Amino acid sequence: MTPLGVVFMVVSLVFVWGLLIWCLKRVLTAPTDDHSG
Amino acid sequence: MSATQKQEWGSRLGVILAVAGSAVGLGNFLRFPGQAASHGGGAFMIPYFCALIFLGIPIGWAEWTMGRYGGRKGFHSSPAILGVIGRGRVWRYLGIIGVLIPIAVSFYYVFIESWCLAYCVKYIGALFGGNGVGIEAGAPLDVQTKASVGFHDALTGSNADGALFAGGPAPIVWFWLAVFAINIWLVYRGLSGGIETFCKWAMPAMAVCALIVLVRVLTLPSQSPEQTVSNGLGYMWNPDFKALGNVQTWLAAAGQIFFSLSVGFGVIINYASYMKRKDDIVLSGLTASATNEVFEVGFGGMITLTAAFVFLGLTGTAAAVQTGSFGLGFKTLPVVFAHMPAGNFIGALWFFMLFLAAITSSISMYQPTVAFVQEALGWDRKRSIFLVALVGLSGGGWVVWFTKGSTALGTIDDWVGTFLIVVLAAVQVICFAWVFGMKRGMEEAHAGSHIRIPDVFRFVIKWVAPAYLIYMIFTFCTDALPEWIAGLGKSDVARNTVFLILAVIVFLVTLTAIGEKRWRAAGLDLDGERPPDDERAPVKEAGR
Repeated sequence: MTPLGVVFMVVSLVFVWGLLIWCLKRVLTAPTDDHSG
Repeated sequence: MSATQKQEWGSRLGVILAVAGSAVGLGNFLRFPGQAASHGGGAFMIPYFCALIFLGIPIGWAEWTMGRYGGRKGFHSSPAILGVIGRGRVWRYLGIIGVLIPIAVSFYYVFIESWCLAYCVKYIGALFGGNGVGIEAGAPLDVQTKASVGFHDALTGSNADGALFAGGPAPIVWFWLAVFAINIWLVYRGLSGGIETFCKWAMPAMAVCALIVLVRVLTLPSQSPEQTVSNGLGYMWNPDFKALGNVQTWLAAAGQIFFSLSVGFGVIINYASYMKRKDDIVLSGLTASATNEVFEVGFGGMITLTAAFVFLGLTGTAAAVQTGSFGLGFKTLPVVFAHMPAGNFIGALWFFMLFLAAITSSISMYQPTVAFVQEALGWDRKRSIFLVALVGLSGGGWVVWFTKGSTALGTIDDWVGTFLIVVLAAVQVICFAWVFGMKRGMEEAHAGSHIRIPDVFRFVIKWVAPAYLIYMIFTFCTDALPEWIAGLGKSDVARNTVFLILAVIVFLVTLTAIGEKRWRAAGLDLDGERPPDDERAPVKEAGR
Protein backbone atom coordinates (compact mmCIF):
# COMPACT_ATOMS: atom_id res chain seq x y z
CA MET A 1 0.00 0.00 0.00
CA THR A 2 1.46 3.34 -0.99
CA PRO A 3 1.61 6.33 1.40
CA LEU A 4 -1.00 8.08 -0.79
CA GLY A 5 -3.23 5.01 -0.52
CA VAL A 6 -2.96 5.22 3.27
CA VAL A 7 -3.83 8.92 3.13
CA PHE A 8 -6.92 8.32 0.95
CA MET A 9 -8.08 5.45 3.13
CA VAL A 10 -7.58 7.28 6.43
CA VAL A 11 -9.16 10.53 5.21
CA SER A 12 -12.17 8.64 3.83
CA LEU A 13 -12.65 6.64 7.01
CA VAL A 14 -12.26 9.69 9.24
CA PHE A 15 -14.78 11.56 7.08
CA VAL A 16 -17.52 8.91 7.15
CA TRP A 17 -17.05 7.92 10.79
CA GLY A 18 -16.68 11.56 11.85
CA LEU A 19 -19.86 12.55 10.02
CA LEU A 20 -21.81 9.68 11.58
CA ILE A 21 -20.57 10.41 15.10
CA TRP A 22 -21.31 14.14 14.71
CA CYS A 23 -24.82 13.37 13.41
CA LEU A 24 -25.61 10.81 16.11
CA LYS A 25 -24.40 13.20 18.80
CA ARG A 26 -26.76 15.86 17.45
CA VAL A 27 -29.65 13.39 17.14
CA LEU A 28 -29.23 12.00 20.64
CA THR A 29 -28.86 15.41 22.31
CA ALA A 30 -31.65 17.14 20.36
CA PRO A 31 -35.00 17.72 22.08
CA THR A 32 -37.25 14.69 21.66
CA ASP A 33 -39.87 14.94 18.90
CA ASP A 34 -43.33 13.87 19.96
CA HIS A 35 -44.21 11.13 17.50
CA SER A 36 -47.43 10.08 19.18
CA GLY A 37 -50.83 11.06 17.97
CA MET B 1 -58.36 8.44 3.14
CA SER B 2 -60.85 7.34 5.75
CA ALA B 3 -60.42 3.68 4.91
CA THR B 4 -56.72 3.72 5.68
CA GLN B 5 -55.45 3.13 9.19
CA LYS B 6 -53.05 5.74 10.43
CA GLN B 7 -49.41 4.68 10.28
CA GLU B 8 -46.66 6.51 12.11
CA TRP B 9 -43.07 6.18 13.25
CA GLY B 10 -42.32 5.40 16.90
CA SER B 11 -39.16 7.46 17.33
CA ARG B 12 -36.72 9.72 15.50
CA LEU B 13 -33.92 7.13 15.72
CA GLY B 14 -36.35 4.53 14.39
CA VAL B 15 -37.04 6.56 11.23
CA ILE B 16 -33.32 7.14 10.71
CA LEU B 17 -32.53 3.43 11.09
CA ALA B 18 -35.42 2.48 8.78
CA VAL B 19 -34.18 4.85 6.06
CA ALA B 20 -30.56 3.76 6.63
CA GLY B 21 -31.71 0.13 6.53
CA SER B 22 -33.38 0.80 3.22
CA ALA B 23 -30.16 2.33 1.89
CA VAL B 24 -27.68 -0.22 3.21
CA GLY B 25 -27.91 -3.21 0.91
CA LEU B 26 -25.84 -5.65 -1.10
CA GLY B 27 -24.39 -2.78 -3.14
CA ASN B 28 -22.57 -1.40 -0.09
CA PHE B 29 -20.51 -4.56 0.37
CA LEU B 30 -20.29 -5.93 -3.17
CA ARG B 31 -20.81 -3.14 -5.72
CA PHE B 32 -18.89 -0.29 -4.08
CA PRO B 33 -15.46 -1.98 -3.75
CA GLY B 34 -15.62 -3.23 -7.36
CA GLN B 35 -16.57 0.23 -8.66
CA ALA B 36 -13.82 1.91 -6.65
CA ALA B 37 -11.12 -0.55 -7.69
CA SER B 38 -12.12 -0.27 -11.37
CA HIS B 39 -12.22 3.53 -11.37
CA GLY B 40 -9.01 4.77 -9.84
CA GLY B 41 -8.94 3.14 -6.37
CA GLY B 42 -8.49 5.83 -3.73
CA ALA B 43 -8.84 8.54 -6.39
CA PHE B 44 -12.42 7.31 -6.95
CA MET B 45 -13.25 8.73 -3.52
CA ILE B 46 -12.87 12.29 -4.88
CA PRO B 47 -15.79 12.06 -7.36
CA TYR B 48 -17.57 9.73 -4.94
CA PHE B 49 -17.60 12.25 -2.07
CA CYS B 50 -18.39 15.07 -4.53
CA ALA B 51 -21.44 13.07 -5.68
CA LEU B 52 -22.39 12.40 -2.06
CA ILE B 53 -22.21 16.07 -1.07
CA PHE B 54 -23.56 17.66 -4.25
CA LEU B 55 -26.08 15.03 -5.35
CA GLY B 56 -26.94 12.33 -2.83
CA ILE B 57 -27.41 14.33 0.35
CA PRO B 58 -29.21 17.38 -1.21
CA ILE B 59 -31.54 15.27 -3.37
CA GLY B 60 -32.21 13.19 -0.26
CA TRP B 61 -33.16 16.38 1.63
CA ALA B 62 -35.50 17.33 -1.22
CA GLU B 63 -37.14 13.89 -1.04
CA TRP B 64 -37.54 14.05 2.75
CA THR B 65 -39.06 17.52 2.43
CA MET B 66 -41.50 16.58 -0.33
CA GLY B 67 -42.51 13.43 1.51
CA ARG B 68 -43.25 15.20 4.78
CA TYR B 69 -45.13 17.98 2.97
CA GLY B 70 -47.27 15.45 1.08
CA GLY B 71 -47.93 13.53 4.29
CA ARG B 72 -49.32 16.68 5.91
CA LYS B 73 -51.85 16.80 3.08
CA GLY B 74 -52.84 13.20 3.80
CA PHE B 75 -50.86 11.54 0.99
CA HIS B 76 -48.20 8.87 1.32
CA SER B 77 -47.49 7.70 -2.22
CA SER B 78 -45.07 9.13 -4.75
CA PRO B 79 -47.74 9.87 -7.43
CA ALA B 80 -50.01 11.73 -5.01
CA ILE B 81 -47.14 13.61 -3.36
CA LEU B 82 -45.51 14.69 -6.63
CA GLY B 83 -48.98 15.78 -7.81
CA VAL B 84 -49.24 18.04 -4.76
CA ILE B 85 -45.66 19.35 -5.01
CA GLY B 86 -45.83 19.82 -8.81
CA ARG B 87 -49.44 21.06 -8.70
CA GLY B 88 -50.80 18.93 -11.50
CA ARG B 89 -51.42 15.69 -13.33
CA VAL B 90 -48.16 15.53 -15.26
CA TRP B 91 -46.09 15.32 -12.08
CA ARG B 92 -48.64 12.96 -10.51
CA TYR B 93 -48.24 10.49 -13.38
CA LEU B 94 -44.46 10.92 -13.43
CA GLY B 95 -44.63 10.04 -9.73
CA ILE B 96 -45.72 6.54 -10.73
CA ILE B 97 -42.02 5.81 -11.33
CA GLY B 98 -41.64 6.12 -7.55
CA VAL B 99 -43.93 3.11 -7.07
CA LEU B 100 -42.73 1.17 -10.12
CA ILE B 101 -39.08 1.18 -9.02
CA PRO B 102 -39.52 -0.37 -5.56
CA ILE B 103 -42.06 -3.01 -6.59
CA ALA B 104 -40.22 -4.02 -9.78
CA VAL B 105 -36.83 -4.15 -8.08
CA SER B 106 -38.38 -6.31 -5.35
CA PHE B 107 -39.14 -8.94 -8.05
CA TYR B 108 -35.46 -9.87 -8.23
CA TYR B 109 -34.09 -8.43 -5.01
CA VAL B 110 -36.01 -10.85 -2.78
CA PHE B 111 -34.69 -13.74 -4.90
CA ILE B 112 -31.10 -12.58 -4.34
CA GLU B 113 -31.94 -12.14 -0.67
CA SER B 114 -32.90 -15.81 -0.57
CA TRP B 115 -29.48 -16.72 -2.04
CA CYS B 116 -27.87 -14.94 0.94
CA LEU B 117 -30.00 -16.90 3.40
CA ALA B 118 -29.32 -20.18 1.59
CA TYR B 119 -25.54 -19.55 1.64
CA CYS B 120 -25.75 -18.61 5.34
CA VAL B 121 -27.63 -21.83 6.16
CA LYS B 122 -25.08 -23.88 4.16
CA TYR B 123 -22.19 -22.32 6.12
CA ILE B 124 -23.97 -22.90 9.43
CA GLY B 125 -24.46 -26.52 8.32
CA ALA B 126 -20.71 -26.74 7.61
CA LEU B 127 -20.00 -25.73 11.21
CA PHE B 128 -21.85 -28.90 12.22
CA GLY B 129 -20.20 -31.25 9.74
CA GLY B 130 -22.09 -30.42 6.53
CA ASN B 131 -20.22 -29.90 3.26
CA GLY B 132 -21.03 -26.17 3.08
CA VAL B 133 -21.02 -24.83 -0.43
CA GLY B 134 -19.11 -27.83 -1.76
CA ILE B 135 -15.60 -26.30 -1.96
CA GLU B 136 -12.86 -28.69 -0.90
CA ALA B 137 -10.41 -26.91 1.44
CA GLY B 138 -7.13 -28.34 0.10
CA ALA B 139 -8.03 -28.44 -3.59
CA PRO B 140 -6.21 -26.33 -6.22
CA LEU B 141 -7.60 -22.85 -6.74
CA ASP B 142 -9.08 -23.52 -10.18
CA VAL B 143 -10.91 -26.60 -8.87
CA GLN B 144 -12.27 -24.58 -5.96
CA THR B 145 -13.39 -21.77 -8.27
CA LYS B 146 -15.13 -24.28 -10.55
CA ALA B 147 -16.86 -25.84 -7.53
CA SER B 148 -17.98 -22.43 -6.28
CA VAL B 149 -19.35 -21.39 -9.68
CA GLY B 150 -21.04 -24.79 -10.04
CA PHE B 151 -22.68 -24.49 -6.63
CA HIS B 152 -23.93 -20.98 -7.38
CA ASP B 153 -25.28 -21.88 -10.83
CA ALA B 154 -27.04 -24.97 -9.50
CA LEU B 155 -28.49 -23.08 -6.53
CA THR B 156 -29.80 -20.20 -8.61
CA GLY B 157 -30.77 -22.24 -11.68
CA SER B 158 -28.74 -20.03 -14.00
CA ASN B 159 -28.12 -22.85 -16.50
CA ALA B 160 -31.68 -23.12 -17.83
CA ASP B 161 -35.08 -21.47 -17.55
CA GLY B 162 -37.39 -23.46 -15.29
CA ALA B 163 -34.40 -25.34 -13.87
CA LEU B 164 -35.54 -24.61 -10.33
CA PHE B 165 -38.83 -26.44 -10.94
CA ALA B 166 -37.54 -29.49 -12.80
CA GLY B 167 -38.58 -32.51 -10.72
CA GLY B 168 -40.32 -30.37 -8.08
CA PRO B 169 -39.32 -27.04 -6.58
CA ALA B 170 -35.61 -26.74 -5.78
CA PRO B 171 -34.58 -25.78 -2.21
CA ILE B 172 -33.93 -22.17 -3.24
CA VAL B 173 -37.60 -21.84 -4.26
CA TRP B 174 -38.60 -22.65 -0.68
CA PHE B 175 -35.99 -20.18 0.61
CA TRP B 176 -37.43 -17.56 -1.74
CA LEU B 177 -41.01 -18.21 -0.57
CA ALA B 178 -39.91 -18.10 3.08
CA VAL B 179 -38.01 -14.83 2.61
CA PHE B 180 -40.96 -13.37 0.69
CA ALA B 181 -43.32 -14.36 3.52
CA ILE B 182 -41.02 -12.76 6.13
CA ASN B 183 -41.01 -9.53 4.11
CA ILE B 184 -44.78 -9.44 3.79
CA TRP B 185 -45.23 -10.28 7.47
CA LEU B 186 -42.91 -7.43 8.54
CA VAL B 187 -44.74 -4.96 6.29
CA TYR B 188 -48.08 -6.29 7.57
CA ARG B 189 -46.99 -5.55 11.16
CA GLY B 190 -46.89 -1.90 10.18
CA LEU B 191 -44.49 0.98 10.00
CA SER B 192 -43.61 1.16 13.68
CA GLY B 193 -44.38 -2.42 14.80
CA GLY B 194 -42.80 -4.11 11.77
CA ILE B 195 -40.33 -2.09 9.71
CA GLU B 196 -39.02 0.21 12.44
CA THR B 197 -38.78 -2.46 15.14
CA PHE B 198 -36.98 -4.83 12.77
CA CYS B 199 -34.51 -2.19 11.59
CA LYS B 200 -33.75 -1.16 15.18
CA TRP B 201 -32.60 -4.73 15.77
CA ALA B 202 -31.15 -5.56 12.38
CA MET B 203 -28.94 -2.49 11.86
CA PRO B 204 -26.87 -2.93 15.06
CA ALA B 205 -26.71 -6.70 14.38
CA MET B 206 -25.41 -5.96 10.89
CA ALA B 207 -22.78 -3.60 12.31
CA VAL B 208 -21.59 -6.23 14.83
CA CYS B 209 -21.32 -8.90 12.09
CA ALA B 210 -19.44 -6.47 9.82
CA LEU B 211 -17.07 -5.53 12.64
CA ILE B 212 -16.23 -9.16 13.41
CA VAL B 213 -15.61 -9.93 9.70
CA LEU B 214 -13.52 -6.76 9.37
CA VAL B 215 -11.31 -7.69 12.34
CA ARG B 216 -10.88 -11.20 10.89
CA VAL B 217 -9.90 -9.84 7.48
CA LEU B 218 -7.47 -7.23 8.85
CA THR B 219 -5.70 -9.86 10.96
CA LEU B 220 -5.34 -12.46 8.19
CA PRO B 221 -1.86 -14.00 7.93
CA SER B 222 0.08 -13.18 4.75
CA GLN B 223 -0.06 -15.92 2.11
CA SER B 224 3.10 -14.73 0.33
CA PRO B 225 5.28 -11.58 0.36
CA GLU B 226 2.81 -10.03 -2.12
CA GLN B 227 -0.45 -11.43 -0.79
CA THR B 228 -0.69 -9.37 2.40
CA VAL B 229 -3.49 -7.40 4.04
CA SER B 230 -1.56 -4.19 3.37
CA ASN B 231 -1.34 -4.93 -0.36
CA GLY B 232 -5.00 -5.96 -0.35
CA LEU B 233 -5.94 -2.59 1.08
CA GLY B 234 -3.59 -1.00 -1.45
CA TYR B 235 -5.47 -2.70 -4.30
CA MET B 236 -8.62 -0.93 -3.18
CA TRP B 237 -7.18 2.39 -1.96
CA ASN B 238 -3.98 3.25 -3.91
CA PRO B 239 -5.04 6.22 -6.05
CA ASP B 240 -4.73 6.31 -9.84
CA PHE B 241 -5.26 10.00 -10.63
CA LYS B 242 -5.48 9.35 -14.37
CA ALA B 243 -8.99 7.95 -13.77
CA LEU B 244 -10.16 11.41 -12.70
CA GLY B 245 -9.75 12.62 -16.26
CA ASN B 246 -12.26 10.03 -17.48
CA VAL B 247 -15.91 11.12 -17.40
CA GLN B 248 -16.96 7.49 -16.80
CA THR B 249 -15.32 7.66 -13.36
CA TRP B 250 -17.50 10.62 -12.39
CA LEU B 251 -20.62 8.93 -13.74
CA ALA B 252 -19.77 5.69 -11.95
CA ALA B 253 -19.32 7.61 -8.69
CA ALA B 254 -22.68 9.36 -9.09
CA GLY B 255 -24.34 6.07 -10.02
CA GLN B 256 -22.92 4.36 -6.95
CA ILE B 257 -24.20 7.15 -4.69
CA PHE B 258 -27.70 6.83 -6.16
CA PHE B 259 -27.93 3.08 -5.85
CA SER B 260 -26.42 3.23 -2.41
CA LEU B 261 -28.40 6.01 -0.74
CA SER B 262 -31.84 4.94 -2.05
CA VAL B 263 -32.42 8.43 -3.47
CA GLY B 264 -34.61 8.38 -6.55
CA PHE B 265 -36.05 5.08 -5.37
CA GLY B 266 -39.48 6.17 -4.13
CA VAL B 267 -38.78 4.98 -0.58
CA ILE B 268 -37.64 8.13 1.26
CA ILE B 269 -40.61 10.12 -0.04
CA ASN B 270 -42.96 7.50 1.38
CA TYR B 271 -41.14 7.05 4.72
CA ALA B 272 -40.94 10.84 5.28
CA SER B 273 -44.67 11.23 4.59
CA TYR B 274 -45.40 9.71 8.00
CA MET B 275 -43.54 12.53 9.80
CA LYS B 276 -45.09 15.67 11.22
CA ARG B 277 -44.13 19.25 10.43
CA LYS B 278 -42.37 19.65 13.76
CA ASP B 279 -40.24 16.55 13.15
CA ASP B 280 -36.68 17.18 12.04
CA ILE B 281 -35.85 15.95 8.54
CA VAL B 282 -32.56 17.69 7.72
CA LEU B 283 -30.48 16.08 10.48
CA SER B 284 -32.38 12.80 10.10
CA GLY B 285 -31.64 12.67 6.37
CA LEU B 286 -27.98 13.47 6.94
CA THR B 287 -27.68 10.84 9.68
CA ALA B 288 -29.27 8.15 7.51
CA SER B 289 -26.82 9.00 4.70
CA ALA B 290 -23.85 8.99 7.12
CA THR B 291 -24.89 5.56 8.44
CA ASN B 292 -25.02 4.24 4.89
CA GLU B 293 -21.56 5.66 4.17
CA VAL B 294 -20.01 3.96 7.20
CA PHE B 295 -21.32 0.60 5.98
CA GLU B 296 -20.18 1.30 2.43
CA VAL B 297 -16.76 2.93 2.91
CA GLY B 298 -15.93 1.79 6.45
CA PHE B 299 -16.89 -1.86 5.96
CA GLY B 300 -17.50 -2.53 2.24
CA GLY B 301 -14.31 -0.70 1.26
CA MET B 302 -12.19 -2.58 3.77
CA ILE B 303 -13.44 -6.17 3.72
CA THR B 304 -14.31 -7.61 0.32
CA LEU B 305 -11.31 -6.93 -1.91
CA THR B 306 -8.78 -7.14 0.92
CA ALA B 307 -9.86 -10.70 1.74
CA ALA B 308 -9.92 -11.64 -1.94
CA PHE B 309 -6.43 -10.20 -2.53
CA VAL B 310 -4.82 -12.05 0.39
CA PHE B 311 -5.95 -15.45 -0.90
CA LEU B 312 -6.33 -14.96 -4.65
CA GLY B 313 -3.56 -12.45 -5.34
CA LEU B 314 -3.62 -9.60 -7.82
CA THR B 315 -4.70 -11.63 -10.86
CA GLY B 316 -7.47 -13.51 -9.03
CA THR B 317 -8.86 -10.35 -7.44
CA ALA B 318 -8.79 -8.43 -10.72
CA ALA B 319 -10.63 -11.32 -12.40
CA ALA B 320 -13.17 -11.38 -9.54
CA VAL B 321 -13.85 -7.65 -9.92
CA GLN B 322 -14.56 -8.23 -13.62
CA THR B 323 -17.32 -10.72 -12.73
CA GLY B 324 -19.32 -7.90 -11.11
CA SER B 325 -21.07 -7.72 -7.74
CA PHE B 326 -22.73 -11.13 -7.87
CA GLY B 327 -19.60 -12.87 -9.11
CA LEU B 328 -17.53 -11.27 -6.37
CA GLY B 329 -20.03 -11.97 -3.60
CA PHE B 330 -21.38 -15.39 -4.48
CA LYS B 331 -18.63 -17.05 -6.53
CA THR B 332 -15.31 -15.55 -5.39
CA LEU B 333 -15.81 -14.97 -1.67
CA PRO B 334 -16.82 -18.60 -0.94
CA VAL B 335 -13.40 -19.61 -2.37
CA VAL B 336 -11.78 -17.03 -0.08
CA PHE B 337 -13.67 -18.43 2.93
CA ALA B 338 -12.43 -21.92 2.05
CA HIS B 339 -8.85 -20.67 2.60
CA MET B 340 -9.54 -18.51 5.63
CA PRO B 341 -9.01 -19.74 9.19
CA ALA B 342 -12.52 -20.11 10.74
CA GLY B 343 -13.81 -19.65 7.18
CA ASN B 344 -17.14 -21.43 7.74
CA PHE B 345 -17.95 -19.22 10.73
CA ILE B 346 -16.95 -16.05 8.89
CA GLY B 347 -18.87 -17.24 5.82
CA ALA B 348 -22.02 -17.78 7.90
CA LEU B 349 -21.61 -14.36 9.51
CA TRP B 350 -20.92 -12.65 6.17
CA PHE B 351 -23.97 -14.07 4.41
CA PHE B 352 -26.16 -13.45 7.46
CA MET B 353 -25.02 -9.83 7.34
CA LEU B 354 -25.80 -9.66 3.60
CA PHE B 355 -29.21 -11.18 4.30
CA LEU B 356 -29.94 -8.51 6.94
CA ALA B 357 -28.70 -5.79 4.56
CA ALA B 358 -30.99 -7.13 1.86
CA ILE B 359 -34.11 -7.61 3.96
CA THR B 360 -33.95 -4.14 5.54
CA SER B 361 -33.92 -2.87 1.93
CA SER B 362 -36.60 -5.18 0.53
CA ILE B 363 -39.19 -4.36 3.22
CA SER B 364 -38.77 -0.73 2.21
CA MET B 365 -39.71 -1.71 -1.37
CA TYR B 366 -43.13 -3.10 -0.44
CA GLN B 367 -44.20 -0.27 1.89
CA PRO B 368 -44.47 2.47 -0.83
CA THR B 369 -46.62 0.18 -3.00
CA VAL B 370 -48.86 -0.80 -0.09
CA ALA B 371 -49.34 2.89 0.77
CA PHE B 372 -50.16 3.64 -2.88
CA VAL B 373 -52.77 0.87 -3.19
CA GLN B 374 -54.32 1.96 0.12
CA GLU B 375 -54.78 5.54 -0.90
CA ALA B 376 -55.64 4.92 -4.55
CA LEU B 377 -58.33 2.34 -3.88
CA GLY B 378 -59.27 3.37 -0.34
CA TRP B 379 -58.59 -0.15 0.86
CA ASP B 380 -57.48 -1.12 4.35
CA ARG B 381 -53.86 -2.16 4.91
CA LYS B 382 -54.60 -5.89 5.07
CA ARG B 383 -56.33 -5.97 1.68
CA SER B 384 -53.70 -3.72 0.13
CA ILE B 385 -50.88 -5.94 1.37
CA PHE B 386 -52.66 -8.96 -0.11
CA LEU B 387 -52.79 -7.30 -3.54
CA VAL B 388 -49.15 -6.15 -3.34
CA ALA B 389 -48.13 -9.66 -2.25
CA LEU B 390 -49.90 -11.08 -5.31
CA VAL B 391 -48.07 -8.64 -7.59
CA GLY B 392 -44.76 -9.34 -5.82
CA LEU B 393 -45.26 -13.08 -6.05
CA SER B 394 -46.17 -12.94 -9.75
CA GLY B 395 -43.22 -10.71 -10.70
CA GLY B 396 -40.88 -12.64 -8.41
CA GLY B 397 -42.16 -15.91 -9.86
CA TRP B 398 -41.23 -14.65 -13.33
CA VAL B 399 -37.64 -14.01 -12.21
CA VAL B 400 -37.44 -17.35 -10.37
CA TRP B 401 -38.66 -19.22 -13.47
CA PHE B 402 -36.59 -17.38 -16.11
CA THR B 403 -33.23 -17.88 -14.41
CA LYS B 404 -31.06 -18.75 -17.43
CA GLY B 405 -28.11 -16.38 -17.50
CA SER B 406 -30.05 -14.18 -15.04
CA THR B 407 -31.61 -12.51 -18.11
CA ALA B 408 -34.94 -11.59 -16.50
CA LEU B 409 -33.17 -10.36 -13.36
CA GLY B 410 -30.64 -8.36 -15.36
CA THR B 411 -33.28 -6.80 -17.60
CA ILE B 412 -35.28 -5.44 -14.66
CA ASP B 413 -32.06 -4.31 -12.98
CA ASP B 414 -30.95 -2.43 -16.12
CA TRP B 415 -34.22 -0.76 -17.10
CA VAL B 416 -35.73 -0.12 -13.68
CA GLY B 417 -32.99 -0.52 -11.06
CA THR B 418 -30.44 1.52 -13.00
CA PHE B 419 -32.02 3.80 -15.60
CA LEU B 420 -35.31 4.78 -13.96
CA ILE B 421 -33.64 5.61 -10.64
CA VAL B 422 -31.76 8.44 -12.31
CA VAL B 423 -34.93 9.52 -14.15
CA LEU B 424 -36.95 9.64 -10.91
CA ALA B 425 -34.20 11.57 -9.13
CA ALA B 426 -34.25 14.13 -11.97
CA VAL B 427 -38.07 14.34 -11.88
CA GLN B 428 -38.04 14.85 -8.12
CA VAL B 429 -35.30 17.45 -7.97
CA ILE B 430 -36.75 19.47 -10.88
CA CYS B 431 -40.24 19.31 -9.35
CA PHE B 432 -38.86 20.43 -5.98
CA ALA B 433 -36.50 23.17 -7.14
CA TRP B 434 -38.32 24.55 -10.16
CA VAL B 435 -42.03 23.97 -9.52
CA PHE B 436 -42.41 23.93 -5.75
CA GLY B 437 -39.68 26.59 -5.56
CA MET B 438 -36.36 26.73 -3.72
CA LYS B 439 -37.42 29.43 -1.25
CA ARG B 440 -40.56 27.56 -0.25
CA GLY B 441 -38.71 24.25 -0.33
CA MET B 442 -35.98 25.42 2.04
CA GLU B 443 -38.53 26.96 4.42
CA GLU B 444 -40.41 23.67 4.45
CA ALA B 445 -37.20 21.66 4.99
CA HIS B 446 -36.14 23.87 7.90
CA ALA B 447 -39.44 23.57 9.77
CA GLY B 448 -38.62 21.64 12.96
CA SER B 449 -35.06 21.06 11.82
CA HIS B 450 -32.19 20.73 14.28
CA ILE B 451 -29.57 21.91 11.76
CA ARG B 452 -29.66 24.33 8.83
CA ILE B 453 -28.92 23.42 5.25
CA PRO B 454 -26.05 25.71 4.14
CA ASP B 455 -27.23 28.32 1.62
CA VAL B 456 -24.88 26.99 -1.07
CA PHE B 457 -27.22 24.01 -1.40
CA ARG B 458 -29.94 26.26 -2.84
CA PHE B 459 -27.68 26.65 -5.86
CA VAL B 460 -26.68 22.98 -5.79
CA ILE B 461 -30.27 21.69 -5.71
CA LYS B 462 -31.54 24.15 -8.30
CA TRP B 463 -28.70 24.00 -10.83
CA VAL B 464 -25.95 21.46 -10.13
CA ALA B 465 -28.09 18.41 -9.33
CA PRO B 466 -30.53 18.74 -12.28
CA ALA B 467 -27.65 19.43 -14.71
CA TYR B 468 -25.68 16.44 -13.41
CA LEU B 469 -28.75 14.19 -13.62
CA ILE B 470 -29.74 15.31 -17.11
CA TYR B 471 -26.18 14.66 -18.24
CA MET B 472 -26.34 11.19 -16.66
CA ILE B 473 -29.60 10.44 -18.49
CA PHE B 474 -28.12 11.69 -21.75
CA THR B 475 -25.05 9.49 -21.28
CA PHE B 476 -27.24 6.48 -20.49
CA CYS B 477 -29.24 7.14 -23.65
CA THR B 478 -26.17 7.36 -25.84
CA ASP B 479 -24.01 4.66 -24.21
CA ALA B 480 -26.11 1.97 -22.56
CA LEU B 481 -29.60 2.18 -24.08
CA PRO B 482 -28.69 1.18 -27.66
CA GLU B 483 -27.04 -1.97 -26.32
CA TRP B 484 -30.01 -2.75 -24.05
CA ILE B 485 -32.48 -2.23 -26.91
CA ALA B 486 -30.40 -4.45 -29.19
CA GLY B 487 -30.42 -7.06 -26.41
CA LEU B 488 -34.24 -7.09 -26.50
CA GLY B 489 -34.15 -8.20 -30.13
CA LYS B 490 -31.89 -11.13 -29.30
CA SER B 491 -33.70 -12.53 -26.27
CA ASP B 492 -37.38 -13.44 -25.94
CA VAL B 493 -37.03 -13.47 -22.15
CA ALA B 494 -35.55 -9.97 -22.07
CA ARG B 495 -38.28 -8.66 -24.39
CA ASN B 496 -41.06 -10.32 -22.42
CA THR B 497 -39.57 -9.00 -19.19
CA VAL B 498 -39.88 -5.48 -20.59
CA PHE B 499 -43.53 -6.29 -21.41
CA LEU B 500 -43.93 -7.38 -17.78
CA ILE B 501 -42.57 -3.99 -16.66
CA LEU B 502 -44.99 -2.28 -19.06
CA ALA B 503 -47.88 -4.33 -17.61
CA VAL B 504 -46.94 -3.11 -14.13
CA ILE B 505 -46.87 0.47 -15.44
CA VAL B 506 -50.38 0.07 -16.93
CA PHE B 507 -51.57 -1.33 -13.59
CA LEU B 508 -50.09 1.64 -11.70
CA VAL B 509 -51.49 4.18 -14.19
CA THR B 510 -54.95 2.64 -13.75
CA LEU B 511 -54.68 2.85 -9.97
CA THR B 512 -53.55 6.47 -10.21
CA ALA B 513 -56.55 7.33 -12.41
CA ILE B 514 -58.90 5.65 -9.91
CA GLY B 515 -57.16 7.40 -7.03
CA GLU B 516 -57.39 10.77 -8.76
CA LYS B 517 -61.18 10.47 -8.98
CA ARG B 518 -61.47 9.32 -5.37
CA TRP B 519 -59.25 12.10 -4.02
CA ARG B 520 -61.12 14.76 -5.98
CA ALA B 521 -64.49 13.41 -4.84
CA ALA B 522 -63.25 13.41 -1.23
CA GLY B 523 -62.30 17.09 -1.55
CA LEU B 524 -58.58 16.44 -1.07
CA ASP B 525 -56.14 19.02 -2.36
CA LEU B 526 -54.48 16.72 -4.89
CA ASP B 527 -53.15 19.62 -6.99
CA GLY B 528 -51.51 21.42 -4.07
CA GLU B 529 -53.64 24.55 -4.36
CA ARG B 530 -54.01 25.20 -0.61
CA PRO B 531 -51.52 25.25 2.26
CA PRO B 532 -51.67 22.20 4.55
CA ASP B 533 -54.14 22.34 7.44
CA ASP B 534 -51.35 22.46 10.03
CA GLU B 535 -49.63 25.43 8.34
CA ARG B 536 -50.54 27.81 11.13
CA ALA B 537 -49.33 25.54 13.90
CA PRO B 538 -46.35 27.03 15.76
CA VAL B 539 -43.18 25.31 14.65
CA LYS B 540 -39.69 25.55 16.12
CA GLU B 541 -37.31 27.42 13.83
CA ALA B 542 -34.34 25.60 12.38
CA GLY B 543 -30.78 25.96 13.49
CA ARG B 544 -31.17 26.26 17.23
